[in-house]
Amino acid sequence: MFDNRYVTEKNNLDLVLSKKYKMLKSIGGGRRSITGIPSPKIDTIMIHFVLLISRQGKVRLTKWYSPYSQKERTKVIRELSGLILTRGPKLCNFVEWRGYKVVYKRYASLYFCMCIDEEDNELEVLEIIHHFVEILDRYFGSVCELDLIFNFHKAYYILDELLIAGELQESSKKTVARLIAAQDALVEAAKEQASSLSTIIAQATK
Amino acid sequence: MNPFSSGTRLRDMIRSIRACKTAAEERAVVRKECAAIRAAISENDQDYRHRNLAKLMFIHMLGYPTHFGQMECLKSIASPGFPEKRIGYLGLMLLLDERQEVLMLVTNSIKQDLNHTNQYIVGLALCALGNICSAEMARDLAPEVERLLQFRDPNIRKKAALCTIRIIRKVPDLAENFINSAASLLKEKHHGVLLTGVQLCTDLCKVSSEALEYFRKKCTEGVVKVLKDLANSPYAPEYDIAGITDPFLHIRLLKFLRVLGQGDVDTSDCMNDILAQVATKTESNKNAGNAILYECVATIMSIEDNGGLRVLAINILGRFLSNRDNNIRYVALNMLMRAITVDSQAVQRHRATILECVKDSDASIRKRALELVYLLVNESNVKPLTKELIDYLEVSEPEFRGDLTAKICSIVEKFSPEKIWYIDQMLKVLSEAGNYVKDDVWHALIVVITNASNLHGYAVRSLYRLVQTAGDQEILIRVAVWCIGEYGDMLVNNTGFLDMEEPITVTESDAVDVVETAIKRHSSDLTSRAMCLVALLKLSSRFPSCSVRINNIIVQYKGSLVLELQQRALEFGAIVDKHQNIRSTLVERMPVLDEATYSGRRAGSVPTVVSTSQGTPINLPNGVAKTTSAPLVDLLDLSSDDVPVPSSSGGDFLQDLLGVDLSPSSSQTDTNQAQKRGTDVLLDLLSIGTPPAQSNSSIPDMVSSSQDSKSAINVLEQLSSPSAPAGGVSTPPGSSSMMDLLDGFAPNPSKPENNGPAYPSIVAFESSTLKVTFNFSKQPGNQQTTIIEANFSNKTFDAYTDFIFQAAVPKFLQLHLDPASSNTLPASGNGSISQKLRITNSQHGKKSLVMRIRIGYKLNSKDVLEDGQINNFPRGL
Repeated sequence: MFDNRYVTEKNNLDLVLSKKYKMLKSIGGGRRSITGIPSPKIDTIMIHFVLLISRQGKVRLTKWYSPYSQKERTKVIRELSGLILTRGPKLCNFVEWRGYKVVYKRYASLYFCMCIDEEDNELEVLEIIHHFVEILDRYFGSVCELDLIFNFHKAYYILDELLIAGELQESSKKTVARLIAAQDALVEAAKEQASSLSTIIAQATK
Repeated sequence: MNPFSSGTRLRDMIRSIRACKTAAEERAVVRKECAAIRAAISENDQDYRHRNLAKLMFIHMLGYPTHFGQMECLKSIASPGFPEKRIGYLGLMLLLDERQEVLMLVTNSIKQDLNHTNQYIVGLALCALGNICSAEMARDLAPEVERLLQFRDPNIRKKAALCTIRIIRKVPDLAENFINSAASLLKEKHHGVLLTGVQLCTDLCKVSSEALEYFRKKCTEGVVKVLKDLANSPYAPEYDIAGITDPFLHIRLLKFLRVLGQGDVDTSDCMNDILAQVATKTESNKNAGNAILYECVATIMSIEDNGGLRVLAINILGRFLSNRDNNIRYVALNMLMRAITVDSQAVQRHRATILECVKDSDASIRKRALELVYLLVNESNVKPLTKELIDYLEVSEPEFRGDLTAKICSIVEKFSPEKIWYIDQMLKVLSEAGNYVKDDVWHALIVVITNASNLHGYAVRSLYRLVQTAGDQEILIRVAVWCIGEYGDMLVNNTGFLDMEEPITVTESDAVDVVETAIKRHSSDLTSRAMCLVALLKLSSRFPSCSVRINNIIVQYKGSLVLELQQRALEFGAIVDKHQNIRSTLVERMPVLDEATYSGRRAGSVPTVVSTSQGTPINLPNGVAKTTSAPLVDLLDLSSDDVPVPSSSGGDFLQDLLGVDLSPSSSQTDTNQAQKRGTDVLLDLLSIGTPPAQSNSSIPDMVSSSQDSKSAINVLEQLSSPSAPAGGVSTPPGSSSMMDLLDGFAPNPSKPENNGPAYPSIVAFESSTLKVTFNFSKQPGNQQTTIIEANFSNKTFDAYTDFIFQAAVPKFLQLHLDPASSNTLPASGNGSISQKLRITNSQHGKKSLVMRIRIGYKLNSKDVLEDGQINNFPRGL
C-alpha cells in the first residue's frame, strides 16, 4: 500500500509523480549533497526481486526481497512480461518501470529478470544474472527450461546460496556448487536412512 | 497408508499440469491436487509433507492461492531432519511474506536453528531470516546473528553478514551493535565474507552516521589496500570473469569508497590513486570490465572534487557513449545525467551524440537521452536543439510522442529568446503532435499571442495556413479558431504583415469556412465547439457581409442536445439577428491577458482540481464543472469585454444581463484571486481580462442598475434558468451548474468560513518521547484537499536537534510538506515545532486518509528514528 518512500520538506515531491520527475527536481535544485549527486536513500535494497519468465509468459521462478503483496506480485509479473517479452533482440537489456529498472537477459527460451533501483549498477546485475545461469548450468549440466520446471526447488536452493536479502552472497561458482552438493548429500543420506529403516521394519513385520 | 493423501508424485503433477490444454483443465487439476493436500494436512500426514509442500510451491508459482499450506511450512521447519527443514524454509520464503502474522510463530524455530550444531541448518535459518524477517523478528534475533558473524565457517559468516543488512534495514537503531564485528569482516581473506562484509559496512554507513565516521577513520586505508591488492592480483581461476579477478568485489569496494569519500575531502584524497588506477587499467572490452569502470566513474563523480579524476571519468563516459553496445550507451546516458550537475560543460561536448541517441530505435535509450537533452538545453543552444527535436517529432513513434512533445513544449516555454520564435515552435508542435499538448500549454500560447500585439496578424495567418494542412489536430484547431475569432480582420486585411511572411489572400468567407469545418468535425468535443460558436459570433461582427451565413451555422446548434451549446446558439443567434447595433461593441477584441498572473497561477495550480466554483460551498462533481465551465465562461468573457465601454450599455436588457453577471464577478475578482489556483484557465483569462481598476469603479453602477431594473432580472430568468436572483443571494440546492458558477462569484465573503464541517484535532502519534498532534482544515470549496497543521512536542528533558519529519502516503493521496517552523525542539514541552502538510485525496469520500510517518532527530548528538502509522484520521477527509 505504501511505497515506503518518505516525503520530507527537503525533497518535497509528490509520491505519485514518476521518478524521472523526481530526478529532474532533485537536480534542478532539490536535495543535493555537497557534490551535487543526490544523496542515497535510506532503504537501498539492491535487488528487489528476481523473475524467470518463459517466452510464453509462464513464470518459472520468482523471488521477492522487497515486500509485495500477492496481488501486487501478480500485477508486477503481468506488467513486466508485457514489457520485456515484446522487446526486440538487439535492444539494451534494461527497461525502466515504475521508477525502477529491470535488467533482463534472455537465455534460450527463458528471460532472467532482476529489478533494481535507478542508481544501481545495471551492468553488474547483468553479470550477476550470468553468474547465476552459469551455476545452474554447471549444476544441471547444460541447463534447459525443463530442468527448471521439474526441479524448480533446486533452482531456488541455488539462488538462496547466491543471493540473500537482495544482495550478492558469493562470487565463486565453485563454492556455491560445493555448498549445494553438500546439502544434497545430506538429503540423500537422510533418505537412505529412512528407506533402510522402512525395509528393516518391513522385514521385521513379515 | 491413506489412499487419499498419498496422491501423485511431484513430477507427475507437474506433467499433468503441463499437459493441460486449457486454463479450465489446469484449474481442475490444481483443484484436485489442492483437495488432496488439504486432506493430507487435516490428517497430519507426515510422510508426504515434504512432497505436498513442494507441490504447493509449484501451484503457488502458477498463481493459485496456497495460504492453507502456511502452517505446514512451520511444522516442517520444526521437525528435526535436514530435508524437512530445507523444504520448510523454502516454503516459508515462497508462500509467506513479511507482513503475515504467521511469521511471528516461526521466530522460535529460527532461533533454535541458529544455534543448531549442523552448520547447514544454521545456514538455512540465516537465509530465511535474511530474506523475510520483519522488524520484530529482527529485534528478537539480532544477538544470535551478531554471534554468528564470528562463526568458524566462512560460509556462515557471509550469510550472517547479509542477514545483518536485512536487520539494520528493518531496525536502524540496531546498527551500532554491529559496527565492530562488521569492521573485522573487512580484514577477511575469504571472498564471500569480504564481499558481504563490505556490503554490510556500506549499509551501516547509510543508516548510521556514527558508523560512517568510524569506518572513515579506521577503515579507509584498509579498504583502499584491499582494492589495490585485488586490482593487481594475479589470475585466480575461481573468481576470474573475463580476465578480471572478482569484479563483484571490485564493484562493492568502489561503492563503499564512494560512501566513505562523499563529503569528506581527506578521505577522498586517500583514494585518488587507486581510483585513477582502476579507471585507467581496467579492460573495457567485456561487460565485467565496463561494470567496474561504470562504478568507478560513479564514485569519482560523488567524492570530493579532484579535477583530474573528473576529466578521466567524463572521458570514460564519452567512450561509453560511442560504444556500439546498447547497454553501454544506456549506462553512459544515465551517468552523464548525474555528471551534468558536476560539470555541465564537459557533458555539453557530447551533445551531438546524445541527440542521436534520442532517435535510437531502443525505447529505453531514447527515454534516457531525451531526459538528458532536456537538462542540456540553455539559452545559447535552445534554437538548434529544439529544431532537432521538432524535426524528430515528425518521424517519431506514436508512443514516444507524448514524452517528446511535453519536453519540447517545456523547453520552448522556458528558454524562448523571442516571442515570434516561441509562437513558431509551438505552432510546429501543434501541427505535428497537437493532441499530445496539455491544456495549460496551449492556454499559455494564447496568452503569449495576445500579448504580442505586433504578431497578432502573423499568428493568425500562420495558424490559418497550418489548419489547411494539418486539419486533424484538435488543439491546433482550437487555437486557430480562437485567433480567427479575435483577429479575423487581420487575417483578411493582412494587417501587420512581416517581411519574412509569404503573401496570402484570404477572403472573409474563407475564414468563416475554417470555423465552420471545425465546428462540424465529428471529433470536435464540447470545448472546441463552444470556442467555435464564440468565434462565429465575433466574426459576425468583424465580417458583416457574412453575418447571414454565420447565423445559419449558429442556428443549427439551437437543437443541440448539449444544453450549453443549445443555450449559446440561441443567445448568439439573437445577438446576430436582432441586435446589430450593439454587436460590434459586445464582441470587441479581448483585452490583453496578463502573462505574469497567468504563469503564476499555472505554477501554483493543483492539477487534480478543475472546478470553477472554488468559492462556493456547493460541491460540484468534478466532471460537470469541467465540461461546462469553458462555454459558460465564454459568455462571461463577452461581458468582461464590455466593462470598459459603459457607453454602450444604454437601456438594453442584454447589457443589463451581462451587467448582472459581471458585477459580482468583478467585485470578487480580487478576493478570489488568491484561492482560485487551478481553476479552468479560460476562467482565468476572464478574470485577468477584467481590469480591476476599471471594474472596481464600475461596480456601483452595475450593481445599482441591476437592482433597479426589474426587467433585467426578468430577462435573466427567461434566458438562463431560475438562476441568480440579483447576484445569487439565495442558493437553492441542486440548481444547475450555471447557477453554481454564478454563485461562485456572488459577493458572499462570509461563506468560506462556514465551509464544510470542522474536524477535530487528533493525537497522531505518541511515544514516550514525542507527541504529534494534527489539526485539520479544508481549503474552501476544495473537498479533496486537507490542510494539516502538525505540532510536535518533546516529552523528555533534553532538547532535540536536527529534527526532521517525513511522511509517506499511498498512491491515491498526494502529499506536500511545507517547511517546518524550526528544526530544534525544546525540552519538556517548552515550545513546539509546527509544520503544514497539504494532502489531496483523489478518492475523496471513498477512502479515508492514512499516513506513515517517520521522525528523526538528534538527542544528545545521537540519532533517533521513530516511525508510526496514522489510521485515526477523522472520517470524510
